[in-house]
Amino acid sequence: MPANSSKAHADYGTGIGLRIPHLNHILERKPVVDWFEIISENYMVDGGRPLAVLDRILEQYRVVQHGVSMYFGSAEPLNREHLRRLKALVRRTRTPWLTDHLCWGSVDGRYTHDLLPMPYTFEAAKLTARKVRQAQDFLEVPIAVENVSSYAEFHASEMTEWEFLNEVVERADCGILLDVNNIYVSSRNHDFDPRAYVEAVDPERVMQIHIAGHSKFEKYILDTHDHPVIGPVWELYRLAIERCGPRPTLLEWDDRIPSFDEVHAEALKAARYAPAPAGARR
Amino acid sequence: MKLLETQRRMAAALMLPLTAADRIAPRAPNGVAMAKEAALFIKPNSRLTSLERLEIYSRSYWFRLLESFRDDFPGLAAILGPRAFERLARTYLADCPSRSFTLRNLGSGLEAWLEPRPEFAARNPELALDMVRLEWAHIIAFDGPADKVLGPEDLAELKPGLRFGLQPYITLLPLRYAVDEIRVRANSDPEDFAGASNVPGRRVRRRTVPAPKPRHEPLFVAVHRLDLNVYYRRLSGEEYRLLSALRAGRTIPAAIEASFHGSPIPSDDIPELLKSWFSAWTRFGWLTPRRRTQGGSDR
Repeated sequence: MPANSSKAHADYGTGIGLRIPHLNHILERKPVVDWFEIISENYMVDGGRPLAVLDRILEQYRVVQHGVSMYFGSAEPLNREHLRRLKALVRRTRTPWLTDHLCWGSVDGRYTHDLLPMPYTFEAAKLTARKVRQAQDFLEVPIAVENVSSYAEFHASEMTEWEFLNEVVERADCGILLDVNNIYVSSRNHDFDPRAYVEAVDPERVMQIHIAGHSKFEKYILDTHDHPVIGPVWELYRLAIERCGPRPTLLEWDDRIPSFDEVHAEALKAARYAPAPAGARR
Repeated sequence: MKLLETQRRMAAALMLPLTAADRIAPRAPNGVAMAKEAALFIKPNSRLTSLERLEIYSRSYWFRLLESFRDDFPGLAAILGPRAFERLARTYLADCPSRSFTLRNLGSGLEAWLEPRPEFAARNPELALDMVRLEWAHIIAFDGPADKVLGPEDLAELKPGLRFGLQPYITLLPLRYAVDEIRVRANSDPEDFAGASNVPGRRVRRRTVPAPKPRHEPLFVAVHRLDLNVYYRRLSGEEYRLLSALRAGRTIPAAIEASFHGSPIPSDDIPELLKSWFSAWTRFGWLTPRRRTQGGSDR
């Protein structure tokens, strides 16, 4: 990753995910939004409404692509058809960077369509990093990998999740999409200190931050993206910003989606945690 | 355990059909108790056993796929009713797991799977298959590729040897039942294309719109899109045959000949009919320059 590329878009501000229930509002009212994140796979099609809507959004807004099925951690090779379609979309959106998850989800050509956790092994880190490099070279756009929420850990793991994340991004020379909600969810499910995770991540690698809500169950927490961001997650966000400086920040709200204004207002709370300008008092 | 083996074992376990109570399958594909299989690679914690942790992923997998499948085939759900549809969906998805990076293609193999399995079609396999074909055509029409459109100026000088193509997003269907009417009634959210997100699947029990009594009515339908909306346009037999012949690469005179062969339509009426059809097809943007390989499908 070129020096300082993680900071290249530090002033991108706060975005929200582009979701169907908000499309009419966005296209008709044209609200001021720093940027939209799209789920790449929703637009990796040949034509019709998805691409037509995307083109209208691109006329007005900056768009960053976020993928859900590259599966860098799957033991099988990258899917060439997936890459080909993704590259076509990258050219269309001119996304300044591209993100997907540090996870696996397919094996022997069968797809789970889920973000499955990795065994934190050196074997897995090497393979994952190699695939991230291959994708980055092919797509010709910086890639940042996102830490996922998880509900299981493997006997085979040889390191912590944050050590694994650092190992992969160093080997791949790529960025990190730091999801502080996912860190919180996993910390509760696996009994670790979420602050230790944030403090262990190389701030120079962090290209973007995700915030979101989640759901609590009796014995675990599920990353449902259907609630506002809770206080402890905002505190992790504050810590991340203190360590990394301003970073493009994105609120995910994917289920039981409220009005556009409500989602946008929740996202804009991130500004409260922005570092004060030099000389200013907070 | 090496990475590939871990992933194979975990995927195989979580992709096994859930029990009737939506719990993870009791036994792994190799016959071992699932609790023992899960404990091989997943750590327990103080609150959850290895099996319970694996079950979170298995339920998420099934709920996500069932929800996506239900979104793509609301008409089939209306015909079969909730219980028979659920049984079909779970069996199909177990037999034909996704082999695409996108959930959009989840139902691509449904017609071929259902045809030899009439026991899943609630006593009317023809009706169910007609609906499956229509609903898959709907997906193609929604986001399929488009070619350059031939305009009126291109049609001004029709030469005898001229060949046209049809937009690849159009599917021409001969149907035995008026499933288009059922689909229109059943379709609650036609333009939702949020097929992929990274949220864990959760069980969503939607009300299935009961289908009206199916009418046995052989008909021809073009599934197409106009202004980005999907439409079902009914065709006469002659119009269907003409479009099919054009798509197959026949010249205009040959296609017309094939279309009206044996037709009861008086020959004097044919020129006016052709004029109105070509006018409509041009207005809809259906005609394209002939390509060496034409996409789209018809029957």
